[in-house]
Amino acid sequence: MPASAHPERRGYSGLPRWIYIPATLGVLFVLVPLVGMLARVDWLNFIPLITSDSSLAALRLSLETALASTAACLVLGVPMALVLARGPVRGRRWLRALVLLPLVLPPVVGGLALLYTFGRLGLVGRWLDVVGVQLAFTTLAVVMAQTFVSLPFLVVSLEGALRTAGGRYEAIAATLGATPTHVFWRVTLPLVVPGLASGLVLSFARSLGEFGATLTFAGSLEGVTRTLPLEVYLQREVDPDAAVALALVLVVVAAVVVGVAYGRRLAGAVSA
Amino acid sequence: MKVLLKRALAGASVALALALTACGGTTAAGGSASSSASSGGSLTVFAAASLTATFTELGHDFEAAHPGSKVNFNFGGSSDLVSQLQNGAPADVFASADQANMTKATSAGLAAGTPQIFATNVLEIAVPPSNPAGIHTFQDLTKPGVRLVVCAQQVPCGSATQKAAKAAGLTLKPVSEEQSVTDVLGKVISGDADAGLVYVTDVKGAGGKVSGVTFPGSSSAVNSYPIAALKASKNASLAQEFVDFVRGSQGQKVLGDAGFGAP
Repeated sequence: MPASAHPERRGYSGLPRWIYIPATLGVLFVLVPLVGMLARVDWLNFIPLITSDSSLAALRLSLETALASTAACLVLGVPMALVLARGPVRGRRWLRALVLLPLVLPPVVGGLALLYTFGRLGLVGRWLDVVGVQLAFTTLAVVMAQTFVSLPFLVVSLEGALRTAGGRYEAIAATLGATPTHVFWRVTLPLVVPGLASGLVLSFARSLGEFGATLTFAGSLEGVTRTLPLEVYLQREVDPDAAVALALVLVVVAAVVVGVAYGRRLAGAVSA
Repeated sequence: MKVLLKRALAGASVALALALTACGGTTAAGGSASSSASSGGSLTVFAAASLTATFTELGHDFEAAHPGSKVNFNFGGSSDLVSQLQNGAPADVFASADQANMTKATSAGLAAGTPQIFATNVLEIAVPPSNPAGIHTFQDLTKPGVRLVVCAQQVPCGSATQKAAKAAGLTLKPVSEEQSVTDVLGKVISGDADAGLVYVTDVKGAGGKVSGVTFPGSSSAVNSYPIAALKASKNASLAQEFVDFVRGSQGQKVLGDAGFGAP
């Protein structure tokens, strides 16, 4: 991609008119099911339904684990994106394909993979078990499952931003005598803050919605591993009204996070 | 790309056409509930996930006994199946893993006639073959350090678990309350749980991957499986024949072999 691509630059609106027809259909396809869900919400009992102990425990756990896994994505994903965008060329394509695998893997499969790796009899888990560390059924397992599925989102966003930004400023900084570490903190990172921010938001939203890998790897226990999506799925068994109410909470939280982050970004307010 | 899409569409429309013909019940013989061997046609049976193996076998047996008939299954969690039925999914027979979900179906006016119990199931403790935590009694499940996995109380196997624990006067402290009995079994098979409470039929169905530990209190939480033909059926006589077949000697033998109890 050329460094001059500015997808958000305004002023030119040479869109063919017909393009609005499929675009509208696409928007409706996403929005109408949400309206369908809103129509099923039992508004009279909405507050009691979402403030029950189990609902609040699930909401709290979801927010905490999603934050933790977003932090893990930040720590692991930024270096990964840098290596993929700027590292040695050999084998990079293969590495990228492998790293992005969780993006296309069904989450349940991801959960099974984690279970067979970090479970008590797993590849790594059996050694952890020897030293008394058990991951399955812990909150840490939830964070691991969420990080596993969310990491590619951050890596993809950031790698794109790094490529778009190019390496000219870094090269100049280096000729002025800055060390690679100094360049990383003072030049590279500030340049890609918008890309990093959108990657973090995507990771957080994906973590918040994580279901399959969590259920398979971490189990489901109130306050420990039962996040909001698991609670929604469970409540549906006995109390569809509660499930719909909780689902709405999940949608609202995700929409607020994405809305706030992208809203700020579009307004150009994101700064280092 | 275009060619692929066209092919996919063609395939889909053929499938749709087949489904429509099948639903139309082209060979429905009409009200001949008593004759058991002649009425052809197609049946859609919604059955609880725990019946997957037995009902698949029974479906083949039924087709063999009723030439020209075809039985299609939709297996899933009983509550999922009920909500699909309530939202208009076309089906002829519903077999639930518990009374509560069948009651939902009958009170929604979906069942034709009174549902009949065709099988029962009791809980059993499943442990990894090596039984690392040394589980031999129900009481052993409460030993400190035992990683016990059960069904959440919202699903049938979980309410049975609660009844059993209550009857034994014990409070279980599971490390996880799973969504379905299959999830519980999975955690035991993978070795991450020391013990799980599942149905007798699940232990049997898992082959040698888990060992079963029976306990006397299991009889206090017997799960009954009701079956009913549905009002929406376009092939009511064949639907009723399938219900009778499941409850008949051949059906009971298959179910019994899988570990289900007689009604």
